[in-house]
Amino acid sequence: MNWNKKENLFFTLLSSIGTNVLLLAAQAGDLILFILRALVRSTLSPFFIKEHLRQIVVIGWASLPVVGLTAFFTGGALALQIYSGGSRLNAESAVPSIVAIGFLRELGPVLCGLMVAGRVSAAIAAELATMKVTEQLDALITLGTDPMKYLVAPRIIITTLFLPLLTAIGNVIGIYGGYLISTERLGFNPHLYLESTFKYIETGDIISSLTKAAVFGLIISSMGCFFGFKASKGALGVGKATTNAVVSASILILASNYMLTEVMFKQ
Amino acid sequence: MTDAFEERITLETKDLSKRFDQKTIFNKLNLKIRYGKSIGIMGPSGTGKSVLLKCILGLMDYDGEILYKGKVLVKRNRKKVFDSFGMLFQGGALFDSLTIWQNIAFKLLNNEKKISKKDALKTVIGLLHSVGLNENVCNLMPEELSGGMQKRVALARAIADKPSLLFFDEPTTGLDPSTSFSINQLISSIVKKEGITSLVISHDPESIRKICDEVIFIENGSIGWQGSVSEMEKSNHKLLEDYLSPKKIT
Repeated sequence: MNWNKKENLFFTLLSSIGTNVLLLAAQAGDLILFILRALVRSTLSPFFIKEHLRQIVVIGWASLPVVGLTAFFTGGALALQIYSGGSRLNAESAVPSIVAIGFLRELGPVLCGLMVAGRVSAAIAAELATMKVTEQLDALITLGTDPMKYLVAPRIIITTLFLPLLTAIGNVIGIYGGYLISTERLGFNPHLYLESTFKYIETGDIISSLTKAAVFGLIISSMGCFFGFKASKGALGVGKATTNAVVSASILILASNYMLTEVMFKQ
Repeated sequence: MTDAFEERITLETKDLSKRFDQKTIFNKLNLKIRYGKSIGIMGPSGTGKSVLLKCILGLMDYDGEILYKGKVLVKRNRKKVFDSFGMLFQGGALFDSLTIWQNIAFKLLNNEKKISKKDALKTVIGLLHSVGLNENVCNLMPEELSGGMQKRVALARAIADKPSLLFFDEPTTGLDPSTSFSINQLISSIVKKEGITSLVISHDPESIRKICDEVIFIENGSIGWQGSVSEMEKSNHKLLEDYLSPKKIT
């Protein structure tokens, strides 16, 4: 009797794991098809130029303050931490190069990606989910316009193109934050600090930073659009779509960051 | 108009069926909408009236066939067919990121036979007048309008491209009796004046009486009763009778 109970519990657990794995695989397949469809349709006319311009303002321009502030404070904190750790090894002079390389290769794209994920992915998911539950997506179709072309393609294209630009600006501000703290608070010589910063930066660091940012941009917009389009009816559906978009975008950013770092890793 | 012209079928469904998992919404539904006529679809909640409309518009998968002017509608030809369709959604479904004039002119500015912005604005003003609004609302956003005004704007958007077939999903839902009356009046006058074929899904017998020529009463997923509006009043169909004059619960 007891053994039967244990056996049942084991099979229930196994079947629940199996069901969830299958669901996850189905959703991953759905997502890949969704992104491919959006990318293919974005190459076909009409191009809805106005909608692209609107997204530049909403996604690119409006994210600038969030990215700038985050990068500035993180740059400052990074300089302090590296100084504190470096002083134990008499390596204080490494602060400028580590701040620059750390920001370019890692912190810049990841922080920018996470901040934009919180802002843009949530906004896209909420907007599209609301459009779905209020039948605006159906209205678009009946007006002869493909929602994938009109809504999804501009968001994916603009986020993928503009996240590298935002990251580049974030990198400059972050490095400047480190410079400001190092020269004003830690007593570094401004001229030597800048010289040391630029001495160790390589083209590969910049390419790595911008490549990561472009991939994160694709992830952020795809998650927002995908969960927005899949939203079920009602306010609960909109809330769920927004949460799912932000959580999955953040996890995928961190996971793909590791994978990209592994690919671009140089000893 | 000749009888043959009058008898021309604009839209037809053949053995149209829709299931959600194990639940059958409707089964082998055969409808015919004749040219220039207004057909009303009535029925209790949950009988699949709105689902039927979504199937016809291709917003949901279905079994069976839907024919428009004798041609079977498939994914490939639907976009072309949408050019001659107009749809008024239950909640209006106005795009909240666009102004009123951009909403109404959406199809005019984005379809293949694009017109200039100047011509579109002129058309929009004409359409606003025809639905009883004036041009002052042009640059307002949808949320700045009342429910009745939003319905009028949605109606203007639906007729902007001069459709030959109009669909109405619960045109008076959520409106007060006097606004409902004026919306019914407006739809009826537009449909009759332009001779547009239309399909009206409604809970409101008043809308059906005002707008439609024929009525189809859906019952348990199939056609329970069908006839003209005048016949509807004299029908002996029990469920339809109860539906039209519900007895008070004491």
